[in-house]
This record gives sequence, C-alpha cells and structure tokens, in this order.
Amino acid sequence: MSADTVRGAAPRRRGPVADGLTMTRRHMAHLARTPEEAALYFALPIMFVLVFGYVFGSGMSVAGGGNYREFLVPGVFAMTMLYGMGSSGSAIAVDARRGVVDRFRSMPIARSALLTGRCTADMLRGVIELLVVLMCGLLVGWTWHRGIGRMLLALLLVLALRLAITWIGIYLGLLVRNEDAVGGIVFPLAFPLTAVSNVFTSPELMPGWLGTVSEWNPLSATVTALRDLFGNPGVGGSGWASDNALLLAILWPAVLTAIFAPLAVRRYKALGR
Amino acid sequence: MAADHAIAAEGLRKRYGDTGGRAALDGFGMTVPFGTVHGLLGPNGAGKTTAVRALATLLRYDAGHAEICGFDVARQPGEVRARIGLTGQYAAVDEQLSGRQNLVMFGTLYGLGRRRARQRADELLAQFGLTDAAGRGAGKYSGGMRRRLDLAASLVRVPRVLFLDEPTTGLDPRSRNQVWDAVRSLVATGTTVLLTTQYLEEADQLADRISVIDAGRVVAEGTADELKARLGGARVEVVVRDAADLPRVADLLARAAGPGGRPEVDRDARRASVPVADHVAALTEVVRALHDAGVTVEDIGTRRPTLDEAFLHLTGHRTQERTDAAGDGAVLAGKGRAA
Ligand SMILES: Nc1ncnc2c1ncn2[C@@H]1O[C@H](COP(=O)(O)OP(=O)(O)O)[C@@H](O)[C@H]1O
Ligand SMILES: [Mg+2]
Repeated sequence: MSADTVRGAAPRRRGPVADGLTMTRRHMAHLARTPEEAALYFALPIMFVLVFGYVFGSGMSVAGGGNYREFLVPGVFAMTMLYGMGSSGSAIAVDARRGVVDRFRSMPIARSALLTGRCTADMLRGVIELLVVLMCGLLVGWTWHRGIGRMLLALLLVLALRLAITWIGIYLGLLVRNEDAVGGIVFPLAFPLTAVSNVFTSPELMPGWLGTVSEWNPLSATVTALRDLFGNPGVGGSGWASDNALLLAILWPAVLTAIFAPLAVRRYKALGR
Repeated sequence: MAADHAIAAEGLRKRYGDTGGRAALDGFGMTVPFGTVHGLLGPNGAGKTTAVRALATLLRYDAGHAEICGFDVARQPGEVRARIGLTGQYAAVDEQLSGRQNLVMFGTLYGLGRRRARQRADELLAQFGLTDAAGRGAGKYSGGMRRRLDLAASLVRVPRVLFLDEPTTGLDPRSRNQVWDAVRSLVATGTTVLLTTQYLEEADQLADRISVIDAGRVVAEGTADELKARLGGARVEVVVRDAADLPRVADLLARAAGPGGRPEVDRDARRASVPVADHVAALTEVVRALHDAGVTVEDIGTRRPTLDEAFLHLTGHRTQERTDAAGDGAVLAGKGRAA
C-alpha cells in the first residue's frame, strides 16, 4: 500500500462528464478487444444492401420510377440504426447481470455515468455504422443529389433515430437483464417494424390499412425525410405523415427519447431495491 | 466529522419486494471500531449479502439506521461511497477488459489521473500475482484470479472501510492465503474490514470480533475465543479398534481434559471424545497415554464444532437451508479432523 495519494480520505469527484467519458472509453475498449464481433456487426448493413439490393431488389419496383438501390439505401440507414437496439440492450444487460455495476454503484462517481457513457459509446458506434452504410451505398451506385448541406442534415436525422433506439435498447436491457432475452425481443420486434415500413416498399403499394400503419411508422418518417433530403426516388406518399416527414423524423426520435431515457434511468436506479 | 465507529448499524430491516415471505434483515445491528476486522458469520441465506449491500449503499433498507465513518448511509450515500470499498460475493470486474484495463479504469474513476492510475494498477497486479496475466481478458481468468483482481479493484484507492462478502468462497488454498494476506496488510495500514463468511475458521483467522447472523438478525457477538467458549470449544476424539477398550480410553480422556472434563462415549462408532481447553496439549497427552496403555487406535484428532452445531447451540434450531448447511459442515469437518 504505497503513497498517501491512494488513501481514500477526502472524496475527489470528477463530475458526471468526466465519469461518463471514462465509461465511454470503457465501451469503446470492449469494441477494440473483440474485433471479430465488431466486424461481424458492421457487416450487417453491407449484407442488407447486397441481399435486398440485388437478390430481392431485382423483383421490386419503385413507386414513381427510379433505381431500386437508390431507393433502398436510405432504408438501410434506418434499418441499421434499428438493429443497433440489440447491441445497446445486450451490452447493458451483460453489465447489469454481472457484478461490475455493483462496483460502479458503490464508487464515488456520478450515477449517470454508466448510462451516459453507454449512450455516447453507442452514438460513436452509430457514426461508424452510418459510415459503413454510406460507403457501401456509394459502391452500389447510390448517392445524394441535393448538395452536401442537405446530405449532412439527413445524416443527423439518422443519428437522432439512433439516439432514440439506443435508449429503448438500454431500457430493454435493464428490464430483462439477460443478453439472450434482449436478442429474443429485439429481432421479433425489428422484423415487422421494418417490413411494415417504407424501407423496402412504398406504402402506396401495400393494402389499405397496412399502408397507413407503414406511413406512420417512425422508421418511415426518417426514411422518407432521407429520400427527400438525398434526392433519392420513391419519396411518394400523399397522407399527412408523408407530407410532414421531416417534422416527424425529428419529433418521433425526440418523443421516444423523452419517454425511454427517463424510464431507463428509473430502471437503473431501481437496481437497488 | 468525528465518528466513534467505522460502522454503526441499528435495527436494519429489509424485505425484498418480490418475496412476500420473511424479512432478509430483521433488526440487524452492529458496531465496528476503526481499524478492526469484524467477521459476519452465518449460513447461506442468513442475510450477510443483504447486510453488506445495505451498508455499501447498494440496497435501500426499509427501516433502521446505519452510519459509515459517521455518515448516514441513507442520506449521505455519496460521502459513504467516497470512503468504502466492496468486494462482493461475485467478482465485480469488467470481464471484457484485461486485468490492467480494469484497474486503470477504476483508478481513473477514483480520480487518480491516467499516469498514477497506470502506476497503481501495476503495483496491485504485482501484489496479487497477476502481472503475467495483466493483458489477458478478465473473463478468461480462473475463479481465483478473478477474485484477486476484484479485491485489487477494491484497493485501487485504499478505502477507510472495506466490505468483503465471502471473499474466499470457492478459492483454492493458495488464492485464499493471498486474500488473507492482503486483508491483514490492509488492516495494518488502518483500514476497517467487514468480512462475511460461512467458515468459522476464516472468521477465527482474521476477525477481532465476530457477529453470528441468522435469519437477518445477530444472534451472538464476541471475540472468536468468547464465541468458541460458548460453542463448547474443541474436543479430542478417539476411535478405537476394539469397543472393549472404550472405558479405559474414556478414563484417560477425562484425565487429559482435567477437572470437569466429562467424556462422551459412542459404542456403535467405537468413539470416545471430551471437550478440552488447550487442544494441542490435550492431544499430545492423550496420544502418549494411549501408547503407554497399549490401546489400538483407528483414528484420533481434535474436532471443532461445525457451523451447524454452532447454530444449534446458539439459536436452538438447525440452519434453515439444509442443503447449504450440509455443505458448510463438510468444509468445517475437514478442518476439524486434522490433528
Ligand atoms: N434479490 C433478492 N430478491 C428476493 N429475495 C432475496 C434477494 N436476495 C436475497 N434474498 C433472500 O434474502 C435472504 C438473505 O439472503 P442473502 O443476504 O443473500 O444471504 P447470505 O448472503 O447470508 O447467503 C434469503 O432468504 C434470500 O433468499
Ligand atoms: Mg451471500
């Protein structure tokens, strides 16, 4: 036991930001220590583009005409963010189930640090995912047509969606506290959510009520806004939801975050009951 | 803030929400002076972990009052957390990070600064014999290594009060000794330790005072010697080849035990035993006397009461979780057999 600097007499707080960043670094270190897992994970959007763009895409047509892959890539942005719910949720579930959270909670650090650190790390991950989709899209012939400003705005909308999805994932992970169970919830949830959206097909091509559900789907709002901002084909739609896609692409993530972030924080605090 | 005790708890009650049954803590209380080791001894399910988690601010208690270094656990959890360390029953380290990464992270969170945190990590890795495994993922460590890393993590910043919840359960003897050594050297620097254990021997080895806990309540408290005296202390036990020798052996045991020593004889087991004060001296004498008398002995040794017997003695009932208690008995009996 050396030096007095390590003796825990007076508390030395670093504040929630510094603590949160240390947690972020921790999560990024996880990513770096399991490169094979990460590679598999980042291959997901590439697979989406290839499978849906070439295998299924050959039989698909775009409402109002246009190249199907140009139509598809904005959907892949949204879908990739959606599947991030699984990684956010299972990471926090692993933490909550193992004792390491107990240690954090018994230390003189900001209580928020674990969750804000997780969220920041997931957003960084989201940026990497987004870049993977972007590169992959460019390789299969997709591009943006309405200038760099609108393109950047579109990418911000993608990250806004990721933020909401991250908090839903964190909440789920803390709720079930079992990484396998998280997967068991996220995938059955994500599949219909993407199927009944405008990711693969325009809502106009779906039967009546399904088309309406699809139009109001939070994913569809982001995807329509992306198609519009990128200048990709198939923006389509005639309902209120389609006409106000940009507004909804901001509102939906904001509302979902406003609901699920506090729920997650409450759930985290309740670990001590 | 001046405080008389490192730990002071009174009337703690805790009932888990999802179990309508009995309380996990039912009027639990203890006081632990600064710089001492206090053992919390009890069988599985007695409430040890609940007590530790409540005192370490991890669990809200329903009623009662607790202070660590004079700070109210319920109202000043931040002050408490700044002064405690915790090594839980299950290793609380990040299994996806390496041993060194873990310690550096905890050091950083404690505000040591990057450079100092790295330095401290290396010191601790060396102290706990983990230097060679420093770069490996903690998830790939053996149980003993993980527990040592966990303890090291609690010592990144030397705490005023350290909680150790069954720190050696499931460890091999070498790892267990390392943990014990670490606890001793820590106490030498002035840290107060609350140690929970199912092993009488461990409490005996490390603790200045011991509280025996049963069903969420302290049923006995004292030094190890005081408790052992209450438990009936050690016995010398002889198993003979020929049951006909038993009366002679009983006489000889009575003499070795000194005045008031009343031997017990079990004819079916061909066994005679007697409680003794100084078990080493008594055993030596009995061995010599048996040899002089020419009695053929099948087994001889000293035996301490098992935790199970201790419980019967202290609480008047057997431990509630029979399967676990049987496990404890086996562990303790193994120790008792050695002469
Ligand atoms: N999270 C929990 N939810 C419900 N009951 C619990 C929980 N943790 C412990 N218990 C119950 O509380 C009692 C005390 O448990 P615990 O403090 O873990 O005892 P020990 O550490 O001495 O083995 C036991 O009856 C146990 O079943
Ligand atoms: Mg326990």
